Amino acid sequence: MSIGPDDINQIAHLARLKIDEKDVPKLSGDLDNILSLVDQLQAVNTDNIVPMAHPMDAVQILRKDVVTETNQREKYQAVAPAVEDGLYLVPKVIE
Amino acid sequence: MFNKTVKELSIGLSQGEFSSVELTQHYLDRIKAKDGEINSFITVTDELALEEAKAADQIRAEGKATDWTGIPFAHKDIFCTKGVLTTCGSKMLENFISPYDATVVSNMKTSGAVCLGKTNMDEFAMGSSNETSYFGKVINPWSDKEQLVPGGSSGGSAAAVAARLTPIATATDTGGSIRQPASLCGLTGLKPTYGRVSRYGMIAFASSLDQAGPMARTAEDAAMMLNVMAGHDAKDSTSIVKDVPDYTASLNNSIDGLRIGLPKEFFNEHLSPELQNILQDSIKQLESQGATFKEISLPHSHLSVPAYYVIAPAECSANLSRFDGVRYGHRCEDPKDLMDMYQRSRTEGFGDEVKRRILIGAYALSAGYYDAYYNKAQQVRRLIKNDFVSAFEDIDVILSPTSPSPAFGFDSKGDDPVQMYLEDIFTISTNLAGLPGMSLPAGLINGLPIGMQLIGNYFEESKLLNVAHRFQTATDWHTLAPKNI
Amino acid sequence: MQWETVIGLEIHVQLATKSKIFSGSSTQFGSEPNTQASLVDLAMPGTLPVPNEEAFRKAIMFGLAIDADINKRSVFDRKNYFYPDSPKGYQTTQLDHPIVGPGNIEIQLANGTKKIIRVHHAHLEEDAGKSLHDDYHGMSGIDLNRAGTPLIEIVSEPDMCNSEEAVAFAKKIHSIVSSVGIGDGEMSQGSMRFDVNISIRPKGEEKLGTRTETKNLNSFRFMEKAIKLEVERQIDVLEDGGSITQETRLYDGEKDISRSMRSKEEANDYRYFPCPDLLPVIIDDVYIDSIREDMPELPDARAARFIEQYALSDYDAEFLAGDTETAAFFEVSTKISGDAKLSANWVAGELSARLNSDDISIKQCPINAELLGKLVLRIKDGTVSSSGAKKVFEVLWAQKSNDVDAIIDQQGLKQVSDTGALEAIVDEVLAGMADQITQYQEADEKKRKKLMGGFMGPLMKASKGQGNPKLFNQILAKKLNS
Repeated sequence: MSIGPDDINQIAHLARLKIDEKDVPKLSGDLDNILSLVDQLQAVNTDNIVPMAHPMDAVQILRKDVVTETNQREKYQAVAPAVEDGLYLVPKVIE
Repeated sequence: MFNKTVKELSIGLSQGEFSSVELTQHYLDRIKAKDGEINSFITVTDELALEEAKAADQIRAEGKATDWTGIPFAHKDIFCTKGVLTTCGSKMLENFISPYDATVVSNMKTSGAVCLGKTNMDEFAMGSSNETSYFGKVINPWSDKEQLVPGGSSGGSAAAVAARLTPIATATDTGGSIRQPASLCGLTGLKPTYGRVSRYGMIAFASSLDQAGPMARTAEDAAMMLNVMAGHDAKDSTSIVKDVPDYTASLNNSIDGLRIGLPKEFFNEHLSPELQNILQDSIKQLESQGATFKEISLPHSHLSVPAYYVIAPAECSANLSRFDGVRYGHRCEDPKDLMDMYQRSRTEGFGDEVKRRILIGAYALSAGYYDAYYNKAQQVRRLIKNDFVSAFEDIDVILSPTSPSPAFGFDSKGDDPVQMYLEDIFTISTNLAGLPGMSLPAGLINGLPIGMQLIGNYFEESKLLNVAHRFQTATDWHTLAPKNI
Repeated sequence: MQWETVIGLEIHVQLATKSKIFSGSSTQFGSEPNTQASLVDLAMPGTLPVPNEEAFRKAIMFGLAIDADINKRSVFDRKNYFYPDSPKGYQTTQLDHPIVGPGNIEIQLANGTKKIIRVHHAHLEEDAGKSLHDDYHGMSGIDLNRAGTPLIEIVSEPDMCNSEEAVAFAKKIHSIVSSVGIGDGEMSQGSMRFDVNISIRPKGEEKLGTRTETKNLNSFRFMEKAIKLEVERQIDVLEDGGSITQETRLYDGEKDISRSMRSKEEANDYRYFPCPDLLPVIIDDVYIDSIREDMPELPDARAARFIEQYALSDYDAEFLAGDTETAAFFEVSTKISGDAKLSANWVAGELSARLNSDDISIKQCPINAELLGKLVLRIKDGTVSSSGAKKVFEVLWAQKSNDVDAIIDQQGLKQVSDTGALEAIVDEVLAGMADQITQYQEADEKKRKKLMGGFMGPLMKASKGQGNPKLFNQILAKKLNS
């Protein structure tokens, strides 16, 4: 499979990245090379093989329903680009 | 003093040969003098370090010192450190002062060790040469005429330890990021079993592969640091509930009768004759101590790199979505709307390799491709794991090369990212399977160090460290230091 | 052309846990912005989720309540999309392995018919934060207190064919949720939100039409209006020769209009994959059984008990058993009044009407169950007439007094039950109604019953409303039939 300019623009949009028009051919070539490496996977038969999302066959431990956190707003918002009245500010959200 | 191992420093401190403040100042001076060239640190926390050292000396004076009290070390800049810049090698986090400590960081604090600073790394741990750091490339201290890469992504930690700017450092390994730089810098690095060390506060690259471990000069030091790093953490759901042994306790165990497997897929015709010889010598050395060797097969190992370059990018594409310029991190100037804020902040904040991997990951997960890429890769991942599981039925440890070659020059891999990806061809399968792996110095090629890799069964870090320590007791490859330090 | 509507619902229910689904932050409603947003909720680099057991427990309770399969193995997935109220850039949800599998819910319609609506599954997920659209120099403010509040999303099969069925289904879910104690059911705080999938097709056609999704409706009334509006819109479009676009729509309840939500359209490739930070959740029968043992009485079982124990009508039983508070109110008042039927009439009638018109829940009712019971007792023992009782009710509602007997006294509402006095009034009234008496006496049995009523009005009037109607009836019957 190969990644054309349309694909690049589509996935860049999904990932909220901006790709300069002039960079598209090089990027498309890079991604194609990666994909042809990855395409070796297609050669192996994986019928009835259960996909493995985790290396260990461990089971989730659940947490007790206890409130452990306290208000740390000031500390946490010290690293924020824009805040006011305790809110994070972003360009207008239009639904 | 700087040639001493952690173990030796620990003894020196306990015998009052020097104080922690003196020791810390010694390393801070070395960093000041040497790191301009090497660029292994992003942040040096001199004041904090001296405060910690003072506190450590106080604790010692009170008779409450442990092995680690007052020992200087450095953290890879992937670990969140409260009140200290935490960049992950990225412009995205150029100004990020973490509001909290990673579990590994608090474990090290509790041990009484003294943090000298944060080491340079490939951006978001994506790279095998440390060329992708926003804070500039790290130079391998073994470089002679030509500047060489230290390996990556824990290249800063490796270069700093190799140049004796710190006795030891923390590091992380997603596809080889501890072992490959250890190999290229002549160090002993260990990637523990997945889930052995908490990932909480370690900025995620690929969550199901990332694992933290020590970057050390000796197996003994690595064992000492793993003692502090390892353990279950309720804040990390993937951390495993299992007692942590004292990794130093079994270092000297006999390896007589130990069964070591040599994967035939790794000892193939592509391996350079020099590396072949080095590995053969190592095998002979271990044989002389009673270890037995047999050929094993990992028939799906050639699919490790392909599977990895689906799984790791897929996970990273989601893991890096939180860097959106809203709550922390880089935000572009004057965004004209929400979309513009997202796109420009992320495009400006991430470097090329990070962007490439995000795009590959988004592609592999997107509608219509999920089954062919992501699902397929997860299936192959199981085949790779199964290979190891059956291999470990009649061997104890696997021995293999760590990296195909010693340190190489910058830009020597051309601009095809795939050439760089093949650097991790021997290390990646361990991450996919979640097994512990380590690299230790095994010889020199053209005067440059190169490592051999030991892979253990799940939670058998002790056995790896034992074999490595026995090897290091009989050889001195691990004691070699770069010339100009 | 005759059109047929097909409706499926997705209902988001906030689970009433103390802490969030993946962090130890409080879920309390109405706090200062971002004071309940922890490192994990803010998706600080390096932070990791740890799931809350109580969220699973409550989801399983819901599953048991609708007789659904409980999946022994459930898996969290990441749903990727960028939005400022979604701090990680993905929502942690369950796609292929939800905690609750298929189940059924029976709804009852106004005409008494019952219908089974199938539930496809219910999965656990995290709520998003809120975007506040007040103007901050042309910017929006983000509050992440709500981010990470546990939700179950209940997904129905497209089994409903009009707004009445959809509302009945939604109300039934609400009733289960509040009865079982899974959620607080406070709709005004957004603790239950509905997405409605609607399509239409020519009657008799089997193939489904293109559907639209109207998102984030937070009241039954808006849901009903939004469905009606969307069905009309789709009919208009199709009858004008147009076609329906598959889209997400936003309904404005105040203006009763809806519009396409374009922002949701442009990126709908969510790239789901299993969340690598979380492991599969495995539960066993012992755990499920322990939850089953702790389950409170469910609305349907309670309704059956009400019919059995109190001889209530289906309708009353269904209504009163619907939520725990109403059911308890009814039972307490019945205990005091000793008359279930009469208590049921008052709780389902006068009281509910007032709660509705004042738009408050029974928890906020100014009259408690004991007081209403006392009032019903006074009707039952003849102290006060029904109409007199309504006046007492008003005083109680206004919280001017909480002494039923004193109000009856003060307002002069005590019924006259002195037979002698009542007989005198009857005689006096009948004296002026000779024509009606003749008419009555000439009528047959059936008609007589009807005509009887004609005497009651003047009698009540003459007694200034204080005559005991039952006694009036007896005296009257005796006099007229003699």
